[in-house]
This record gives sequence, structure tokens and C-alpha cells, in this order.
Amino acid sequence: MARLKGSRAAPKAAKYQLRLYVAGQSARSIAALTNLHRICDAHLAGEYQIEVIDLLEQPQLAKGDQILAVPTLVRKLPEPFRKIIGDLSETDRVLIGLDLKPMET
Amino acid sequence: MRRRRPRAKESAGQAPAKGLSKAPTGILGVDEITGGGLPRGRPTLVCGGPGCGKTLFATEFLVRGALEYGEPGVFMLFEETAEELAENTRSLGFDLDQMVARGQLAIDHVRVEPSEIEETGEYNLDGLFIRLAYAIDSIKAKRVVLDTIETLFSGFSNQAILRAELRRLFSWLKDRGVTTVITGERGQGQLTRQGLEEYVSDAVILLDHRVSEQRSIRRLRIVKYRGSAHGTNEYPFLIDEQGFSVLPITSLGLDSQASNEVVSFGVQALDEMLGAKGMYRGTSALVSGAAGTGKTSLASSFVDASCRRGERCLFLAYEESPQQLVRNMRSIGIDLQRWIDKGLLQIQAARPSSHGLEMHLVSLHKAITTFQPRALVMDPISSLAGAGTLEEAQAMLIRTIDFLKQKGVTALYTSLTTGDRAIATSEVGISSLIDTWILLRQTELNGERNRTLFVLKSRGMSHSNQVREFILDEHGIGLRDAYLGPEGVLTGSARLAQEARDRERELRQREELAREQSRLLTRHKALEAQREALDVELQNAADELGRLTGDEQRRRERHAGDQKQMAKSRQVDLPRNGRSNSHG
Repeated sequence: MARLKGSRAAPKAAKYQLRLYVAGQSARSIAALTNLHRICDAHLAGEYQIEVIDLLEQPQLAKGDQILAVPTLVRKLPEPFRKIIGDLSETDRVLIGLDLKPMET
Repeated sequence: MRRRRPRAKESAGQAPAKGLSKAPTGILGVDEITGGGLPRGRPTLVCGGPGCGKTLFATEFLVRGALEYGEPGVFMLFEETAEELAENTRSLGFDLDQMVARGQLAIDHVRVEPSEIEETGEYNLDGLFIRLAYAIDSIKAKRVVLDTIETLFSGFSNQAILRAELRRLFSWLKDRGVTTVITGERGQGQLTRQGLEEYVSDAVILLDHRVSEQRSIRRLRIVKYRGSAHGTNEYPFLIDEQGFSVLPITSLGLDSQASNEVVSFGVQALDEMLGAKGMYRGTSALVSGAAGTGKTSLASSFVDASCRRGERCLFLAYEESPQQLVRNMRSIGIDLQRWIDKGLLQIQAARPSSHGLEMHLVSLHKAITTFQPRALVMDPISSLAGAGTLEEAQAMLIRTIDFLKQKGVTALYTSLTTGDRAIATSEVGISSLIDTWILLRQTELNGERNRTLFVLKSRGMSHSNQVREFILDEHGIGLRDAYLGPEGVLTGSARLAQEARDRERELRQREELAREQSRLLTRHKALEAQREALDVELQNAADELGRLTGDEQRRRERHAGDQKQMAKSRQVDLPRNGRSNSHG
């Protein structure tokens, strides 16, 4: 699990509070986390906090954030609440989902 | 499956080839038409248009499963929230919150909000599986409801992933061995919008809510049921405050109690036409006849008799208002108002067509459960057909008759027939459920109509085969023996005229007889007198004879005495006599 526990040391009240839901250590889970770190380091350096939740270990948490698909990245803060599903391989869409890039028309 | 058959033959003693295991739903009627319930451990699709009762079906399946069969259930909601569901089902008397607290039910509301979701690459629905598994494990659920799973399709754009995941979900549910109900919205030209669920489900139940001739009709049909026989008809169903109930026409239980107690019709002569002097309590009587044959009057008389015994009676009047009924019955000497005042009689007047057959029967059920009548009159059942098709009315009626029989309510139904043909058509659907059938008829003869009555059938007792004339006047209902003569059955004026003629003839005959009697009497007297005269004559003759004989005797004696004296005087003595003797 150590590999997945990836929250970087960050200031107490990080601007971006992200939570990544995965189911076990599948290749997709690891890809999602890797992609997430890559994107965050590139765009949100020092401003983010990532919490990884493995639903196989804590299934009761799936209900709270309405998780259906895995992996799901949830942007808890800043408001509004956003959900990004998939392995986060499409960087542009992740940025749109995080409101870091305006929606393309 | 293919290999099981020969093996089952070989080892007959081991695990007999049982039918498919079924999980009873507890929903009225559904278990009857499915032959025991839904396929256990497998998914069943319940589909239909909006507002057809899918969610209610699913809810009842879970609630009754938990309460009646001890099988906890998971309710996964995709459309309503748990609060909304609890609110909606509270009116049915289900306390979902309490069931959740007791661990009989787990509710998980799955919210799918497309605007919040951004898809970035590959994913699967393990989150859903995990939630479901967690909910199942938390209460050791045996049943699962997914309502309505296709909502997922609006939340995720990758249909290929979704379809694959749903297939995986169905097989996962089977592996878990939970009996599942999946609801689905009906699609164009197929049972569901995605056309997926019906193929992966083991059973498919189609609910339909249609409007025909401005009336709403609910129907249920089992489209498929793998590995089991099932009813293939469309069954009407109701949704009321008791929940969902299907009306299986053919699978009614006949387990009502049979009472030996006899209930009067309130018409003595009619009671006497029946072997038991009335109808058995808890049975049903049908009074059928054309317009104006006295059906309502006979029904009122039955009500009156019931109230006289102090028993509550419910009168469902479909054609008259209570006031009208009370007034009209007063004209034949039946005072219904006093029974209303005493609270023994409740008259419910409403046209069944005003709010549909289903609602009508719902209100009937309610009235019966709250008022608890021992007798009931439906006047007339033929107007139920006006609220639906004939078949529907019959189905509902059969259900009602059965319900009443089970409650032990003695019921009298009237039925309006048009002409003799109707006997064979309109009542044929329920005649088999009727125990006593009284037919009222009108005969038209010599320019007038008269009512006749006869008993067509009466189960469990002998009955008169006579056609009686049925008379309504201010004293109430009376029956007269119809005149049976060479011209057939005569009623009304014809009967009166014939009776008068008969009386006259009889009078004449009596007079004739009296005359003859007096003539004979006179003759008898005359003969008697003659006989007396003869007797006197005879006596006289006898006397004369006696006298003559006596005279002769005396004459002889005198003559002998005279001779003796003469001999004495002529001195003819004894020696002469002796000489003559010796000479002799």
C-alpha cells in the first residue's frame, strides 16, 4: 500500500484537496495515481493534497462521495465538487475536470 | 443442464430433480401466477412505462421478503433518495426507517449526476460492485433491488464499458446468489431502453398502465421465466393503500368456511322455496332480472331482514342515491332509514364508472374492513361493467366475491339483464361463484306485465322448481303460486280472471251439489216416511194375524169344551168310549 499512499507534504490547508478512489492495486489504479501526481506537480505544485482511498479496504466510504466507477478522482476543494473518472490518462480532460483549463468548444 | 438429466435418472435417490427454487414475493397474486415467486438467486427484470408501479413492486418484494420470509434486502436506488422512498412507502404502512434500524433493509441511494462527471480514460464500475457487496454483507441480504439501473446510462458516456459492466453485474449477482429485482423503463419496440436487461434476466415481468376509453387499466404480464411454467395472461392489478395486488383469475383459493347457519331473504315465501329456508351464511346469492323486475326491492328486503337480526349490512347502490333508495323502499313497506339511524346499515352510493373499477374495489375493500358488515348488497353488479370491460368487471367481481366469502360476509348481488340472452352471457363469468341464483322475470300477457320469480340454483339444498308470481305492494314483497292451467302459467289479471272463473265454477258446482243433496235428502225422508207407514202396516198385519190365530185357538178350545159339554149332556160316557176303544 505504501506505493499508493502518495500524499505529498503540503501546507495544512491546501487549496486543492483531492481524493482518489481506487479498488485494489490494479494496473489502472496505479496508472491513475501516477497520472494524478504528474498533472498536479505540473499545474498545482505545492497547492494540493491527495488522499487515496482503496474501496476494497474501506467499502463503506464509497457511499459518501457517490462512487460508482473506479478510479474516481474527487475534487473536494475548492468548490464546486467535481468528479473525474477513469485512469486520468487524458490530461486535458483532467485539467478541464479540475477547472484548471477552460472547456474547449 | 443437458448432462443432469441422465445422471438424475441413475441416482434417483440422491437429490431428486426439483423444480426451480423460487423466492416468494409476498405480493398478492404474484406468487400464484409465477408458481411460487421469482427465481431464487437470479435476477428478474420488472419493466414498464413511467408510473406503472415498478418501484412499488420492487419495494414490496423487499419489504415483504424481509418481514414475511425473513430475507433481508438491499435497496439500491438510482432515482429516488432514501428519504423520498421512505416517504412514498409510508402511505402503504411500511416503516422503512425502522426496518433499516433493525437490519432488515439497507438502502443506498446512488446519485448519478452527469454534469459533475468528467471521463478521462478507462474505468470500470467496481465502485458500484463494492457498494453493493458492502450493503449485502452488512445485513446478510438475500434480496436486492436495483431501481432503475439504466439511469447509469445517462451518467456515463462510454456505453460500451457500461454494457459490459452491467453484464458483469448480472453474473456477479447470480454468483452471489441473491434474488434480484431490476426495474427498467420501457423502451421503443423493446422491453427496456437499452435492450440489455431483458436478455440477462432470468425472468421478465412487464407492467402496463394504459388508458382505454378514458379509463386507466393496470396490467401485469410475465414475459419470460426461465425454467418454469408461468401464467401467460395479462393480469389486472391494483395499487392501493395495501400495496400491489394482482388479480389472478384462475388461481383463487377456495378455502372459505362453510357455515350451516341460514340467513333469511326477508320474504317468507321465498325462504320456503329453498330447502334450508334461506341461504347459508357467507354464501353469495345472485338476483338477476330485467329492468323493473324488483331486484332492488328483493335486495332491500334482504337488508331489512339482516338488520332485524341486528347484523350490520353494507348496501352498495350503483344506481340510486341513499335518499332515493330509502324513499322508494318505503313504498313497499320497508323502512331502511331506521337501520341507518341505528348504524346497522350503510348505503354507499356511487357510480363505479366515476372513478374506475380499481379504485372502486379499493374503496369496497376498505369499507368492508372498516365497517365489518355481515351482509352486503351490490346493486347491480352489471353496472361494474360500465366502469371497465366485461372481462375486467368479471375479474374484479370474482375477486370481490371470493374476498367476501373468505370474510364470511353473506352477499346478495343483483344483476340487470336485458332479455333472456343475458343469462347466458353477462353472468356466465360469475355464475360459478354464486351459490343461490334467483331469477326474476316479466311475463307479458293480455296487455300487462307481471313479475315472476324462480330459483335457478341453490347449492347444498333442495329448492322449489316452481315459478312463483312476485308481487310488490305497500305491505312488501309477496309470492303467489302462479296459476298453472291448460293455457300455461297465468299471472296478474289473467291469473285473477282465471281464479274468478274457477271460483264461479266452483260456486256453481257447490250449488248444484247442495241442490242434489237436498233432493236426495227429501227423497230419503219420503222413503223413510214410506218405510214407517209400511212398518205400521206390517205391524198391523202381524197383529191381525196374531189376533186371528188366537181367535182360532180360542174357537177350537171353545169348540172342544162345547163338545165335551155336549157329550156330557148327551151322556156319552167313558165305557162307550172304552168300547169304542176296544172296538178299535
